Amino acid sequence: MSNSVGIVTAQRATFDTPLQFKSGAVLPRYDLVYETYGTLNADRSNAILICHALSGHHHVAGTYADDPKNVGWWDNMIGPGKPIDTDKFFVIGLNNLGGCHGSTGPSSIDPATGKPYGSSFPIVTVDDWVQAQARLADRLGITQFAALIGGSLGGMQAMQWSLTYPERVRHVLAIATAPNLTTENIAFNDVARNAILTDPDFHGGDFYQHGVVPTRGLRLARMLGHITYLSDDAMAGKFGRGLRSGEYKFGYDIEFEVESYLRYQGDKFAAYFDANTYLLMTKALDYFDPARHTEHNLAHAFAPIKANYLVVSFSSDWRFSPDRSREIVKALLHNHRNVSYAEIQSRHGHDSFLMQDEQYFAVMRNYLNNVAKEAA
Amino acid sequence: MNISIVQARPDFAAIAAWIPQGASVLDLGCGDGALLDYLKNTRQVRGYGVEIDDQNILRCIERGVNVIQGNLDEGLSGFENNAFDFVILSQTLQATRHTEALMKEILRVGHEGIVSFPNFGFWKNRMQVLLGNMPVSRELPYQWYDTPNVHLCTLDDFENLCAHQNLHILGRHVISAGKDIQVMPNLRGSVAVYRFKRAD
Repeated sequence: MSNSVGIVTAQRATFDTPLQFKSGAVLPRYDLVYETYGTLNADRSNAILICHALSGHHHVAGTYADDPKNVGWWDNMIGPGKPIDTDKFFVIGLNNLGGCHGSTGPSSIDPATGKPYGSSFPIVTVDDWVQAQARLADRLGITQFAALIGGSLGGMQAMQWSLTYPERVRHVLAIATAPNLTTENIAFNDVARNAILTDPDFHGGDFYQHGVVPTRGLRLARMLGHITYLSDDAMAGKFGRGLRSGEYKFGYDIEFEVESYLRYQGDKFAAYFDANTYLLMTKALDYFDPARHTEHNLAHAFAPIKANYLVVSFSSDWRFSPDRSREIVKALLHNHRNVSYAEIQSRHGHDSFLMQDEQYFAVMRNYLNNVAKEAA
Repeated sequence: MNISIVQARPDFAAIAAWIPQGASVLDLGCGDGALLDYLKNTRQVRGYGVEIDDQNILRCIERGVNVIQGNLDEGLSGFENNAFDFVILSQTLQATRHTEALMKEILRVGHEGIVSFPNFGFWKNRMQVLLGNMPVSRELPYQWYDTPNVHLCTLDDFENLCAHQNLHILGRHVISAGKDIQVMPNLRGSVAVYRFKRAD
């Protein structure tokens, strides 16, 4: 396929400088895995960092030579001639600390004990991730990013970059995100966490030593999450009240198509994702709240920001609704920042930000074309 | 390029003439961003547009104009009090549903308002009505059944609304065929541009 970045290779960066977490915990050394696409230009001004959401990772685009079916999670958006154009930009994807795709996380071996970190892995926050990402940027020789781009939890990281390192970010593309989680969102996350925490196979987070995986909890957490990332409309359109066998069986086996789908999604996820990582990710979401130290005044919290912003929301996204994006826009306007806001009509709920949509992609393309002109 | 824009939209030059260098501007119903682009280039304004149409959003972003997608008929709750030096409503007034409420919102958000609209009292419009049809012209290019214009007015009508809302008119340009109209503007002007603020 001509507009794919093609075969990519994951890289690993090891850091020996201890990282102090917001919680006070310290990680003496850690690894970050990442991938890059495109070429860094001579003045290093065309770098874009892609920040991933809850279940994302560093494999953002392209495929692997030994696993051609493993296509990056945002491959529709990133590549030669695509909205995030790798002919123009040097694009970096990484797996965040606490992840389960190669960067140091709860399932990694703690060199101090020779066992997986498990329950001893520190709770990570969006701030902590940004600190770690900045060290990777230093390692790659990038003093200022052309753009930070992220959807959902990734958008929170992109925003945090412009707060922590105002001079290092020219543009933020904050997609389907929010300045903090709503009460309802925290509640959903707590149900998901409880599903994992109460699974007898969880063993307080140290299930690795017991040779088991809290599969039941993890799949329940994923099923719940999955429902909320879609919309009523999208689910009705996809499954309706369709029955697998066409008639009621008067039992508790899978009958409705939607049940089959959810269980499949839950099983698939539980087979590869780490339960501790899931817990950490939801906690990072819950804690993110830049206005917490400005008496809940987001406009004041945003005062340090120098970056230009593109904010994008989706009409059917009820977990990160357009209203939440408008709060971001309003706070940026208060601070006289350049900001554009697009509200995409889409029926796919929160997951819309991962899907191909003509208007969404054109908004991204047009905005990034101008970012590329500055960098050229 | 700027010249051609002004030729195509004579109200742009009239609006720009009132905007000082470096002012902050909110353009409601900013369309493809041409006015904001013009004001950015000629007045170095800090400008933002509000627009509902997807294609126009793309054009604004393409030309590097700040644009916020939204529906004017849902108000300007996304904007703080006195956030802008000028709030502009260019050739959009007649297409708003809650026109009176929007006029109030303009002066909540901006120190001054600038509004341009096609003059329904223009003699050619009156002639068409007199001959028995709804007017169709360069300024009013729609048929009655497909027009977005729901609140057409004359210069007199608009000035009555300003008086009713206790607004102080600071300036007025009336234009026809690219020329300023001084004599009998309500009859001879095809487009009007007003600048106003709160009377208090």
